[in-house]
Amino acid sequence: MKKEIIISGFGGQGVMSIGKNLVEAGMAEGLNVTWAPSYGPEMRGGTANCSVVLSSRRIGSPVFTHPTELIAMNAPSIGKFGPLAVSGGLVLVNSSVVKEPFGRADVRTLYVPCESIAYELGNPKAANMVMLGAYVSATGALQPETIKSMIVHMFTGAKAKLVPLNLEAFRRGMRCGTERPVPTDAACTA
Amino acid sequence: MAVIYEKSKGLTDAELHYCPGCHHGIIHKLVAESLVELGLLDEAVGVCPVGCSVFAYNYFSCDMLEAAHGRAPAVATGVKRTHPNQAVFTYQGDGDLASIGAAEIVHAAMRGEKFTTIFVNNAIYGMTGGQMAPTTLIGQKATTCQSGRTVEQAGMPIRVAEMLATLDGCVYAERVCVTDIANLNKAKRAVKKAFTKQMNREGFTFVEVLSTCPTNWGMTPVKAVQWLKENMIPYYPLGVVKDVEITEKAEVR
Amino acid sequence: MAKELWKGNEAIAEAAIRAGCDCFFGYPITPQSEVPEYMSVHLPAAGGVFVQSESEIAAVNMVYGAAGSGMRAMTSSSSPGISLKQEGITYLAASELPCVIVNCMRGGPGLGTIQPGQGDYFQATRGGGNGDYRTLVLAPFDIQETVDFVQEAFDIADQYRNPVMVVCDGLIGQMMEPIEWRPIPKRDLPPKDWAASGRRGRARHNVINSLYLDPESCEELNQRLTVKYAEMEEKETRWSAVNCEDAELIITAYGTPARIALSAIEELRAGGLKAGLFRPITLWPFPEAPLHELAGSGQVKVILDVEMSSTGQMLDDVRLAVEGQKPIRYLGHAGGVMPTVEEMADAAWTAWKEVQQHGGHL
Repeated sequence: MKKEIIISGFGGQGVMSIGKNLVEAGMAEGLNVTWAPSYGPEMRGGTANCSVVLSSRRIGSPVFTHPTELIAMNAPSIGKFGPLAVSGGLVLVNSSVVKEPFGRADVRTLYVPCESIAYELGNPKAANMVMLGAYVSATGALQPETIKSMIVHMFTGAKAKLVPLNLEAFRRGMRCGTERPVPTDAACTA
Repeated sequence: MAVIYEKSKGLTDAELHYCPGCHHGIIHKLVAESLVELGLLDEAVGVCPVGCSVFAYNYFSCDMLEAAHGRAPAVATGVKRTHPNQAVFTYQGDGDLASIGAAEIVHAAMRGEKFTTIFVNNAIYGMTGGQMAPTTLIGQKATTCQSGRTVEQAGMPIRVAEMLATLDGCVYAERVCVTDIANLNKAKRAVKKAFTKQMNREGFTFVEVLSTCPTNWGMTPVKAVQWLKENMIPYYPLGVVKDVEITEKAEVR
Repeated sequence: MAKELWKGNEAIAEAAIRAGCDCFFGYPITPQSEVPEYMSVHLPAAGGVFVQSESEIAAVNMVYGAAGSGMRAMTSSSSPGISLKQEGITYLAASELPCVIVNCMRGGPGLGTIQPGQGDYFQATRGGGNGDYRTLVLAPFDIQETVDFVQEAFDIADQYRNPVMVVCDGLIGQMMEPIEWRPIPKRDLPPKDWAASGRRGRARHNVINSLYLDPESCEELNQRLTVKYAEMEEKETRWSAVNCEDAELIITAYGTPARIALSAIEELRAGGLKAGLFRPITLWPFPEAPLHELAGSGQVKVILDVEMSSTGQMLDDVRLAVEGQKPIRYLGHAGGVMPTVEEMADAAWTAWKEVQQHGGHL
């Protein structure tokens, strides 16, 4: 198994954390992992991205041109990385922010209304957890239980009260991880 | 037979290389005697500059480090921060400290580094052969301002003691000279006070010593002393520029 | 030992603390600022000294003072900041002061970019300061090696009384990867009886110095250093060879490009070209003999050097080692652009086809 994932979006959308959550979960499952961020001025407001590799074998390059999976949290990310996704790969589009359908027929595209669901749950900051849920159910690359236990350990002390919210955001995201070929801002209820 | 006078144990037996009439030898002696009298010789670590006193590591009998040009305050920071109980000093000339090493001395003083700087100001680059220093006086001739320093070309000379005194980390700054016994005694008191305040961990301490350079000034030693008194002291006034105890009584000049 | 996820720069700082680094002096510069940031929190907590200096020049001279008084001292920076440290490095080398200097390289020249680069190879291996001197240069290609090498660097520095550089690049500094804190090889380290930290009862005073006005004694210093460097060449040269046993094409690369090359040789082999990776781990001493031998073996037809440098810098050392035995091709990127797996593979195929056409006599 080898996943080369690009996660891209506005600073503040939790792009780097989605990547970190993926590598932490991958590590917990005994996979080889790397996380490489874009760094520089874009971290302070523009579009930021990180590259994640999850592999059952030793990882060579931590950076790559053609992602097997793209998580696009905003429209510029689709523009920049959409054309680079491998044919037959997966593109997860945050449909709360990206309103245009992604036009490539040779990739599987899923639309996940991250912010809408998070807002519905009462905290827009949980948008990244929705996307993480969608990724996990769409790819089967990681066990949902690994992520859930990670969430429990991630929020401790005063932040422990955020655990139920994030678990729910993850669960709702999981539900979106099935084929949703039509861009929609409606919350996933399937 | 009673010993009335002997060479300080703070100095080695190495023969000094300084020119006749140069004040470095006297200033070395004051520093060495001060270390011995304060019982600090065994605890002392000195940092010497690039300039005429570049060989000071051969003359002081305490442990010594030779720094790159101007960097002695940074080197001393590295020593003192990792050896807070040692008596650490830099011995620097005016080209080294006030020109190429201006950033290092200002920031060491700003941080209140607990070492002592002995700053020998002879208003010229001695070792390289008499070029203009930041401390060269207006009208004073040097090999790079052969008609005399002008304000238009080089600005006004820098008064380092006063400049460093503006920084809160500097707890003591005094300007002295060694032209006669009275001043020599004052100078030694200043050096001892600086080391004492250092060992009390009060902050950065600074003693500026006005000095002659008969060779590069082109004067006899006697004439050079006279020139120092008539020209340097009016621009670089002697006395305590800053002493935190005095400061508390609002006497900063 | 359980694996832990670490970001490169923070791992560098933590590794230094675990290696007994007494003091760190640094100045902010992207992409290595996490090193001083981490040090400012964790080094004092471990009983060490952290000072944010007014400049890189001051930082390296603080290292000189601390190392000269017997401490395990370290500084880190990125390319333009390392340029400013060169004066201090030649003084450290000449005064034979052990210390660790990390360069998290970015693209140049000048202010350049903050993205990864390897344009400081000459500076690191030839000495960016004045005079004849060498710094041992370790070039890790992942974070595990980075933490291992930073720890070892302190021991190597102490053993030889010489500055040791660890050069990585912005990607290694910024990326995260699981590592293990594993023990490093034990070395017999001489006592620092030369340190200038106060006589405290010692009969003679210690002097840390690099000034030798008398030409004969200055040459004596140089001769002594040369002997030391020869010993380092003999004992400390390191390299790694991956899939080179049957390789017909050898990629030479260090740091991040070497890691990218691992993926490229996999792709090349899948496509039918037997490719291998020869990776210098010490950039100085350069693994000249092993590369010479590898290039001389019958099955190797061509060598492709890949660096994040426009002109090719390690390329000079590769040429010196290969000594014309086989044709050498170059793929370089600079200004913060990293070579991709695909173009590395393409360049390898191109080199291979050229050699096939011309019978290897290029």
